[in-house]
Amino acid sequence: MEHRIGVFVCHCGTNIAGVVDVKRVAEELAKYPGVAYSTDYLYMCSDPGQNLVKDAIKEHGLTGVVVSACSPTLHEATFRRAGAAADLNQYRVEMANIREHCSWVHRGDKEMATEKAIKIIKTMIEKVKQNEALEPISVPMTHRAMVVGAGIAGIQAALDIANAGHDVVLVEKEPSVGGHMAQLSETFPTLDCSQCILTPKMVEVSQHPRIKLLTYCEIDDVSGYVGNFKVRIKKKAAYVNRDVCNGCGLCIEKCPAKTASEFDEGLSERKAIYTPFAQAVPNQPVLDRDHCIYFESGKCGVCQKVCPVDAIDYEQKDEFLDEEVGAIIVATGFDLYPIVNIGEYGGGDIKDVVTSLQFERLLSASGPTGGVVRRPSDGEIPKEVVFLTCVGSRDPEGHMPYCSKVCCMYLTKHAMLYKHNEHDGQAYVFYMDVRTPGKDYEEFYQRAAEEDDVLYIRGKVSKLFEEDGKVMVWGVDTLTGQKVEIAADMVVLGLAMVPSATATELAKMLKIQMNQWGFYSEAHPKLRPVESLAPGFYLAGAAQGPKDIPEVVAQASAAASKVCALFAEKEYHREPIVAWIDEDECAGCRICISVCPYDAIEFDDEKEVARVQEAICEGCGARIAACPSATAQQRNLTDDQLYMMVSAALED
Amino acid sequence: MRLRLSTDSIRNASIERVEDLSGQALSSCYQCGRCSAGCPVVDEMDLIPNEVIRLLQFGQIKKVLRSKTIWICASCMQCSARCPKGVEFSSICDALRAMVLRMRLATPAVDAGNLSRVMVSKAPQMGVVSALRKLLNG
Repeated sequence: MEHRIGVFVCHCGTNIAGVVDVKRVAEELAKYPGVAYSTDYLYMCSDPGQNLVKDAIKEHGLTGVVVSACSPTLHEATFRRAGAAADLNQYRVEMANIREHCSWVHRGDKEMATEKAIKIIKTMIEKVKQNEALEPISVPMTHRAMVVGAGIAGIQAALDIANAGHDVVLVEKEPSVGGHMAQLSETFPTLDCSQCILTPKMVEVSQHPRIKLLTYCEIDDVSGYVGNFKVRIKKKAAYVNRDVCNGCGLCIEKCPAKTASEFDEGLSERKAIYTPFAQAVPNQPVLDRDHCIYFESGKCGVCQKVCPVDAIDYEQKDEFLDEEVGAIIVATGFDLYPIVNIGEYGGGDIKDVVTSLQFERLLSASGPTGGVVRRPSDGEIPKEVVFLTCVGSRDPEGHMPYCSKVCCMYLTKHAMLYKHNEHDGQAYVFYMDVRTPGKDYEEFYQRAAEEDDVLYIRGKVSKLFEEDGKVMVWGVDTLTGQKVEIAADMVVLGLAMVPSATATELAKMLKIQMNQWGFYSEAHPKLRPVESLAPGFYLAGAAQGPKDIPEVVAQASAAASKVCALFAEKEYHREPIVAWIDEDECAGCRICISVCPYDAIEFDDEKEVARVQEAICEGCGARIAACPSATAQQRNLTDDQLYMMVSAALED
Repeated sequence: MRLRLSTDSIRNASIERVEDLSGQALSSCYQCGRCSAGCPVVDEMDLIPNEVIRLLQFGQIKKVLRSKTIWICASCMQCSARCPKGVEFSSICDALRAMVLRMRLATPAVDAGNLSRVMVSKAPQMGVVSALRKLLNG
């Protein structure tokens, strides 16, 4: 075939043309073998620039195009579409990156930069000469989503997808949906009751005809790929037959065994058979065998005796369910940084030093004190309450380096609600910076200082210790340079937000990326904030990074809309730049199977050859490098192509 | 020495008096320091304006009443014109001077009666008026 390649050199304003002599580049390449047309233009990505490409393809009968401009991550799609519009197969359009790889890094040497640009373009001309005309791979898709975690993020995402007409499997490891939001008292900056705004959504997910709610369940295994995941779910033994239980609560009432309530953050007790809280969804108890007298000694059995519908089943075992879904949203939420790590603040041993979530429960009308703030040591109403921000956050040497984003706001809310409770009391907030980046947040903070006389003191507290029934707070006011101390009745720690304890294990199972602190990583920090780099996985909520409720809800809806966009097509279309294998040449050594990180290669036992599953292959190239007989090749990146590209680059 | 903060120490009667006399809410100040940054006589002050307010927020009235600052403030109002929270520092100084005089706590830093004729003739008229005004409690 005669090659008729078109070369289009972009100035990118002065980004490229300020360094590279683009005219000379275009002229030089016009002389290169196989080039039928070569030109330069100010902005190739503009409409006139794209038209230049389209017109030249038709006019000069081009068989391939090299757009010499920026990175293919930016405009490859633009020029592939332009090529396709002029009836040139889109995989015969390539980009030569002479901006990031050339002009931006060689500002000091225009001559060399120009020479380098010419070489970069020559390599891509050699590549495109041998590019096959390909079509995107179409893969059948299950139009059904899974959401892992049923806090506010998971609930919102599940509702949005279900309301768009797709079935959703919502999986929650706890006995009830709701997550941390169900524990909160009131929410900043409007002070609406957290449960009042959350419970309608909790009820909605449980009653939605398109949502299959699986509480007290965990993800056990995930296989498959985007559009076609197979998920094995462990339904933990609740020792309660959930098909029969009518939620009457008699078993809970009569159960004699008690333990610390997780929902009340240890500030109250629950029974061994329990629902976490009154509005739990589903309203069916689970039996915690670690604290059950029957499981401990074989005696008791009270719950079974009193149950009017015979729902208690001590023989129940964990069950496994298999679900097929096309996309998975991970919304596994956060935990607080362990208080035990903060030795200078008592490490959890000072009773009247509480965590922020404990204080939420003390403020909550449904909490252990009925919404009256009482200190844990003696139940007295505290008169001097100190709130500490950045406990474990913004501390790169000792704890977490990042800002947990919501602590300034919720501690301000705590101080305000405490003052609404106790008008004669005094609230102090120690801060490093008061961060209020949200609508109506700054006003909320100023209201706390002005109307509720919350005293903000700039400085990090050095230590807390007990003295005469008080918690002594030693700090400094860096604005005046004075050391200060407060004999507090109670201290509240704004502990750092960290990913949920189960997040790391889940990430490994799903093969999705995390940052060094265990927060799930988005595909692009600005432009793809709710997608994982692994296709088919989406992120929502604090599992991706600390954030407040409005942000979580917006992100969850964004993740849901990404899933809906995926489901808008009947089949999933993916890049055909994948590995292939010459079955006649394959020796069946199976080395490629061991190196493939995506489990994309199957072995044909009859023919004794390896075979690529195109739907799974990510085109990483690992198996091609590993193949000892060079029978494995990457489409449009064959050994021949690479050889010609390297030769072009090394030519004088 | 650590400064002991408590409900009683930070909201004492003197602080309430300052707020009453000045008509200013001390808690409005969020310590941006713009008042001090633009004050034309700040170099002569022993406590800069935002520092005065900060000490009052902590209930430290004595330190403030002893300071030269409240007598040096020329009531030019530059600070209040620029304050993002609408706090009038000069009114706070008015109140603090009044308290010093009424409590007979100390000799004011400026004694108009002792100004020499030469001084009076050379000093800008506003300066003399201002000095007298300070003695007459604004």
